[in-house]
Amino acid sequence: MDNLAIPPAAMRRSSLSGQEGGPTCRPIAGGGRFSLRLPPASRQPAALALGLDLEANINRAAVSGGRAALRLGPDEWLLLLPEAEAPAAALAGALPGGLYALTEISHRQTAIVLEGGAAADRLNAGCPLDLDLAAFPVGMATRTLFFKAEIVLWRQSETCFHLEVWRSFAPYVWELLGVIGREYAS
Amino acid sequence: MLLIPCPYCGPRPEIEFAYGGEAHVVRAADPRQVDDAGWTEFLYFRNNPRGDHAERWRHAFGCGRFFNVKRNTYTDQIEASYRIGETRP
Ligand SMILES: [Zn+2]
Repeated sequence: MDNLAIPPAAMRRSSLSGQEGGPTCRPIAGGGRFSLRLPPASRQPAALALGLDLEANINRAAVSGGRAALRLGPDEWLLLLPEAEAPAAALAGALPGGLYALTEISHRQTAIVLEGGAAADRLNAGCPLDLDLAAFPVGMATRTLFFKAEIVLWRQSETCFHLEVWRSFAPYVWELLGVIGREYAS
Repeated sequence: MLLIPCPYCGPRPEIEFAYGGEAHVVRAADPRQVDDAGWTEFLYFRNNPRGDHAERWRHAFGCGRFFNVKRNTYTDQIEASYRIGETRP
């Protein structure tokens, strides 16, 4: 594995680095991300190894101390972890010979936080989902679209949304959020 | 826009889905026994009903799953959606 070691001089740059944002819309740099695929039988041992609830309903986020498992489908989770955490060994130990797939995607996407009373309206400029609290409650997280870009949308509170965006789509999403934001600027 | 009921995620806007053609087109268990006419039928011929139609959809910008939908091609009413492997309602 030596050839895969990252030289100490390597620096991680977000595709939105240099963008500061404001109080209602800002990029979040860094963070660890993993795509986890599991059959039902592996769910419980994997949940124990990760310390995250994997029994939550589809399209729901399970949070535990700054770490989160977003259940995107019947057998698919997006794990959002602190950057230093590497869950591969714990998972391999908990599922010896078990079927699962864990892929690190930390650098594949970046995050944007959208906050404030108009957050849902701003999202709805490009997102086709019903973001009323009854239809999209706090804790709901799902893959969807923002204009033509695939995003994962997670409602963290009534007025705060976390967007996961693929890094090559991030400038596109950021730009559009800025254009929409102008309409809501006070 | 249609609201398509994903069996995993519930009703979601059509733009999140990809159409997958007619459902229940079954590949022969032993492909060696299929003659040219049989392959032509399997590969190229589809029903084109005016009315009830069972069709595959994929929730491409959602859970990613394929599933089946029973849709009336005349009224666009969706009567049922069901998971792959479940029998047609
Ligand atoms: Zn779905």
